[in-house]
This record gives sequence, C-alpha cells and structure tokens, in this order.
Amino acid sequence: MNEVTLFPEQASVFAQEVDQLFWFFTVVCGLAGTLTALVVFVFSIVYRRGARRYAHSGHHSTLLEIGWTLPVAVVVMALFVWGAKIFINLYNPPESATEVYITGKQWMWKIQHPNGKREINELHVPVNTDVTLNLTSEDVIHSFFVPAFRTKRDAVPGRYSRMWFNATKTGSFHIFCAEYCGTDHSRMIGTVFVMPEQEYQEWLRSGAQELLSMADKGAMVYARYACGSCHEAEERGPSLESIYGQQRELAGGNTVLVDESYLRESILRPNAKVTEGYAPIMPTFKGQIDEQSLNELIAYIKSLSSVPAERASMGGN
Amino acid sequence: MSSDGTLNYLNVTHGLKSWLLTLDHKRIGILYLIGVSMFFAVGGLFALLLRVELLTPEPWFIESDTYNKFFTLHGVVMTFFFLIPSIPAIFGNFLVPIMIGAKDMAFPKLNLFSWYVYMVGGFLGVGAIALGGVDTGWTFYTPYSSGYASSQVILAASAAFVAGFSSILTGLNFIVTIHKMRAPGMTWFRMPLFVWGHYATALIMILGTPVIAVTLLLLMLERGLGIGIFDPKLGGDPILFQHLFWFYSHPAVYIMLLPGMGVISEIISCFSRKPIFGYNFIAFSSLAIAILGFLVWGHHMFTSGQSVYTGVVFSLLTMAVAVPSAIKVFNWTATMFKGSVSFSAPMLYALGFIALFLVGGLTGVFLATLGLDIHVHDTYFVVAHFHFVMVGATVSAYLGALHFWWPKMTGRMYPQTPARVSALLTLFGFVLAFLPQFVLGYLGMPRRYHTYPDEFQLLHVFSTAGASVLGVGFLIPAIYLVWSLFFGKLAPANPWFAKGLEWDIQSPPTTFNFEETPIVKEEPYAYDGPLPDNSEEVLKAGENYGV
Repeated sequence: MNEVTLFPEQASVFAQEVDQLFWFFTVVCGLAGTLTALVVFVFSIVYRRGARRYAHSGHHSTLLEIGWTLPVAVVVMALFVWGAKIFINLYNPPESATEVYITGKQWMWKIQHPNGKREINELHVPVNTDVTLNLTSEDVIHSFFVPAFRTKRDAVPGRYSRMWFNATKTGSFHIFCAEYCGTDHSRMIGTVFVMPEQEYQEWLRSGAQELLSMADKGAMVYARYACGSCHEAEERGPSLESIYGQQRELAGGNTVLVDESYLRESILRPNAKVTEGYAPIMPTFKGQIDEQSLNELIAYIKSLSSVPAERASMGGN
Repeated sequence: MSSDGTLNYLNVTHGLKSWLLTLDHKRIGILYLIGVSMFFAVGGLFALLLRVELLTPEPWFIESDTYNKFFTLHGVVMTFFFLIPSIPAIFGNFLVPIMIGAKDMAFPKLNLFSWYVYMVGGFLGVGAIALGGVDTGWTFYTPYSSGYASSQVILAASAAFVAGFSSILTGLNFIVTIHKMRAPGMTWFRMPLFVWGHYATALIMILGTPVIAVTLLLLMLERGLGIGIFDPKLGGDPILFQHLFWFYSHPAVYIMLLPGMGVISEIISCFSRKPIFGYNFIAFSSLAIAILGFLVWGHHMFTSGQSVYTGVVFSLLTMAVAVPSAIKVFNWTATMFKGSVSFSAPMLYALGFIALFLVGGLTGVFLATLGLDIHVHDTYFVVAHFHFVMVGATVSAYLGALHFWWPKMTGRMYPQTPARVSALLTLFGFVLAFLPQFVLGYLGMPRRYHTYPDEFQLLHVFSTAGASVLGVGFLIPAIYLVWSLFFGKLAPANPWFAKGLEWDIQSPPTTFNFEETPIVKEEPYAYDGPLPDNSEEVLKAGENYGV
C-alpha cells in the first residue's frame, strides 16, 4: 500500500481561498448535519415506544416553520455570496497575466508558450506570477484540472475559454483531464512544474534561438493564407491593426468585444458577426486551418495591438 | 403466493396471459417491480465490477474501454431503468389509486402500455450491452457521443428515449387520477403526502421528459446522419447539448427523490404514532422542489464555458433548493417529538434515509457554491454526493417502501430480524463505500478514471470494501422477501396499525380495491397516540410479526 494523503497540497493563491471556504462549509454544514442527526437520534431514544407517555403535542406551527426556515435561507445566501466572490475572481484573469495556450486532444495536452516553446503534458510556469491559460480542444471536450491550484476549466472544441492562477509554491503538481473524453481519459494526465522566476526564464530561453514566437509564426500563417490581400491592400475587409481589445460596431447595430473567441469565430465563420460598413464576403477557413495555426494567427493579430503588453515581456527580457 | 382462500387481485385469475394483459394497477405495479428489480441487479453488478477494478491504481482485470463501458452501463441502467421508474412506477402505481379511494388509475390501458414501453426501452439497453456496449457515460456528452465514440451510442440513446415515454405516460396517469378520481371527502389536503410527492413528480415527468427525448433524438440525428447540431466541426454547439440534457436531467433527480420523500413521510408518521408535523409545508415543499428543479440545470455547467454571470444566477437558484429540503427534514424530526417511536424495518430504513439525505443534501450546498464547485466538479466528491442522494436516500426509501407495503402487496409478512439487520448493514456499507469518496474528490481524483495515481489507492480500497458490504445488504432482503412469498406468515389487513385507506382494505386487496367507494371523513395521519401496551391485538402483532 502506498503513502496516504487525506488533503491536497496548497500551491496557489486560490488554494488558500478555496480551502478557507471549504473548512468554513465543513464546520457549518457539519454542525447543522450533526445537530439534526443528533436530535433525530435523541428523539428515537427518548420517545421510543414503551418509554413514558407524553401528552399529545400539536402537529403544526407556522412560527416554528418560519423559525427554522429563515436561518437556513440566511446561511445559504451568505455562503452563496462568499462562493460567488471567489468564483468571479477565479474565472476573470487579470490583464497583465503571462499567457499560455493549451489545446486538448485525445489523449494529451499540447501546450504552447508565446515565445514559441512547446511541450506536451508538461506545463512550466514561474512561481508567484499570474498565469493565464487559454484553452481549447481539437476534438471532444476535455477539462484542465490542477487540484493543487483548486481550479479547472473545460477545454471546449470550437471556442476558447480562459483560466488563471498564481502558484505560491515551487514543485510539481498533477494535471488531470476532468471531463470524460474516451478510452484513455484517465491517462490524459500531466505535470505542472512551478519554478523560481530565474530558473523559469532559463527554461523558457533554452533552445529559444531556433524558436519563432507564436506571433511570428502567426505572421507566417497570415502570409500563407494571404489574409493581407483583403485586410490591408484592397480594404475589402477591415484593418486588423490595433483591433484586439476594442469594441467593434457590427452591421445591424450591435457591438462586440474583439477577444480571442471573436477572432476565432471571424476566421471560421466570417459572416456570423460582420463589422459595420463591410460586406459579408469573407470565405470560411473552417477545416483549412488547424488549431495550432489558428492560435498562432490570433497571437499575431493580438501583437498588432498595443493592449496586451504581456506579449513583449513573455519571450525575452 | 396463495392466501387464506379469500379472493384477491393475485389469485383472482391465473396464468401468464392474465398478467401480461392485466389492466389492474396493482398487477402492473408488480410487473414493474419485477422489471425494476432485474435492472437493479444488472446495474449493481456493474457497480461491483467497477469497484473491484478500482482496487489497484493500474488495470488488473479489464481494459480501459471495458471499464468505460461498465460505468456507462451502470449509469444508464441505474438512472433510466431503476431510479426513475422505481418508486413511482411500482409503489405509485400500486398505492396512489388506493390511497385516494379509487378503483384504478384513470387510464388503465395506458398504464399497461407504459410498462411495455419501459420493457422495450430496457431490452434496447440490454441489446446495446450485448452488441458491444456503449462508452459515453450516461450523460452522452457531445461531441464525444455524436462524433467520436465507436460504440452502441444510438442503441443506448434510443433505450433512454423509449423509456422516457413510459415515464411521460405514467406521469400523465398520476395527474389525471389525482385530479379526477379522489373519493368523496378526499380533499387535496387530506391526501397522504405520498400522493403529493407523486403529484409533484408527475409534473416533472410530463414537463421535463419531452426535452430529453428531443435532445436524444437530435444526438441520434447528428451521429446517424451527420446533421450538425452539437459538433462544432459541423457548425454545432456542444454546450447546447449540455443545456438541453440537464434541463431534463436535473429535474429528473427530483423524479428520483420526491416519491422517496413521500414514502418517508408515511413511514415516520406511522412509526411515531403521530400525525405528520407541518403537513402543508411538506406538501408545498414538494411542489417547490419540482418547480425550482427546472431552474437550476446550469449548476452542472459551472466549468463548461457558460458565462460567469450565468453561473452566478444558477448558483443562487440552486442554493434555494436547500430551503424546501430542510423544511422536510425538520418536519420529519418534529413528527417524532413526543411520539411513540418503534423500530420495525421500514422505520430503520426511513431513519437511514434521513441520515444519508442530510449528508447528500448538505454536500449539495457545497457543490452549489461556485468557488468550491470549480475544484470538486467532475471529481469523486460529486460521485459521492449524488450517490448519497440517489443511492443513500432514494434506495433507502425504496427499500423502506418495499418493507412497509410488502404485506399489503403480497399478503405475506417477512421476518423482522434479518430485515432489521440488512437495514443497518446497508447503512454501514453505504457510508463505508461513499464517505471516502468525498476525501478522494477533494484530493482531486477525477470521476470516470480507470487508472489513478498511487496515493489514492487506500481510499479506493475502503470504498470497495464498503461496496461489498452494501452488496450483501441488498442481497439479504432479496432472499427473505422471496422466501416470505412461500413461507411467510399471512399478513393481516393492517400489520403496522397504520392510518390511510390502503390499510382499511384486505391484504392483498381485491381487484377493485374497495367494495364500495369509501367516503373520507378523517384528516390524514389521524394517529391518536401510542399503541395500547395491553391490547391483545397489539401483543399478538408483536409476537407474530415483530411489530
């Protein structure tokens, strides 16, 4: 038999917050449950058949009903607020976070850093730094789960979702796929290596001279598909300069925030949300461009904008 | 199963045909009992195989594909062919008409038809197993199920699709029966809470089940004909499937639970010798749960990519379910206050229900809480939670109902001692099997994992040990209940000295239940204090049946 653990390691800022909430819950719910069970138990003994007879008691009391319902309602609402606060933070990555692209595929995690470095089933990140993961999938739904960080999010084909964390402890921690994805679901596991900043930078740079950054590769994808023939030269499509992070006016009067998901949609289903003033003439690139190139292309478009300052800091310095 | 010579619904006609063409709601209930027990055995067997395989971190007697098929079959069979039909189709069918003073259900032929539909669904499910099995999980998530799984997805989905119609027809029958066939004097607020529970359940059945039918149909269309609905490669949206699936499947949880809660109200009141406390609150909390049940499906999707604010709204609504659930538990507890509590087997199951439902319900509040759910979502924490509710609570209620109404249904008494022992054994086995899974889940052990890191092994071994005890706890009743059919003492009309129309008629009842339509003048649960200690009748019951 192997060594036994009963509580997971705490290796991120969230882990501390989530565990606090967990223990508070355990105490509150534990008390409530134990107390109720105890009352049932005591009643079973005290009022067992053959014990002394009691005068017939009433069998309804609105006051009592309200008296025991209100506290339940108040307590669960308080718990809800606390939980929601953590959650909103959990799924809203800060702007300045270091960004990593993760693509799930039966049955592996393909990971790409903005400077072009790639790994499979291993994720290297710096300690005490905000790290955002940009998730998608090539085939079925997967879910990127790091128990030591107390967070996970589904990698859904056809869209991007984001999660983030700030690791507080160097070391290696499990990555699990948490959404059932077929035969080797339970082998779609990996390791996060949390490293001191210095070591991380060295790791990131090792072999970097042969590497093109994601944005540079994206520029090649951009050239390969001749995106510029419409988006630059003839202006059949809107310019892609500085659009990332901006609100766009759409034909029909709506607006949309230009983020990864919008860019992705506009490449694969160009006519879904057309920019005001342009005709819906762009052909679809669905089925012609793989997930990796798509990530790179989007990284390139993002690099044309001044908003995501993190991209500059990622690869080098 | 002969009785003392008087005519009853069991011996009035003989032969297989008289059963297969019966329109008697009680015989149809028995047909369901046979079907449901069969599927329970199949689902249980798969559960045990899974637990044995999980004794070691690496595979030891089955491959991953086989493991994935086993957990899918366990889930599909237990959900669609055991839990959903169990209490309503067996006990609801048998008891709802009697409890409201009716001769039968409103639509007896539809009732029989629903059993055939259920069996056809069941055999499609068994066919899916025989032809190689299915490996999508009972949730059939797309695009895995529609485009990637290479197993009998269409057959398994059509099994659930067909079984759904049985559920719709049963629900329809309950609603019409309860509205139109109550005996004179049987006002809405004189109905037993068992009937209220079934009324709320029937609402979910007819409003929710069509949605899963459509969803499964769309899934089959996408898989069979390549029509893009859910698979992004075909222009579909995989999250749409989850919305549609859980729009039914979360309310379905309350199809599984509400009838059980009705059972518990009957048993607690009877064995406390007191009217149920807070009748109105329990009745309305059933309706509240049924309605809220339709507004909380998104809590299955907090990590799936639905928007953060959608998640917040679903979390809030889910929290609200805690309120009617707590109301029920508190009222059952208050019913025991100053009562005269005795511990026949049905009562032990009912007390077990309360204990396990407390754990299952409270951990549900953990899961409804966004910040906690993200970590434990799709882990063993969830597995433990829903087994506490679905197996711990619902199966306890199911077995409680079986032990409570067995004398009425079969005309035979079962021996009390083994029944009490097995009630305690299932409680112990259950807790041992599933308590460690909460710890595993918080540690991060994902569900549906065939292999796992070494450090999780000890907890898995405990869980498997508990599952084995639980298996024995389920086997013992099967033995003595079958034994009682042949050798059990003849049951009197009212072995538990219970209140309710079903106890006023003979055991087993005649085909049309009542000689003449009863006129109800009494409030429900008109228990008037402890049983007299020196009454000859009571002493005899204690001696004969262990009451």
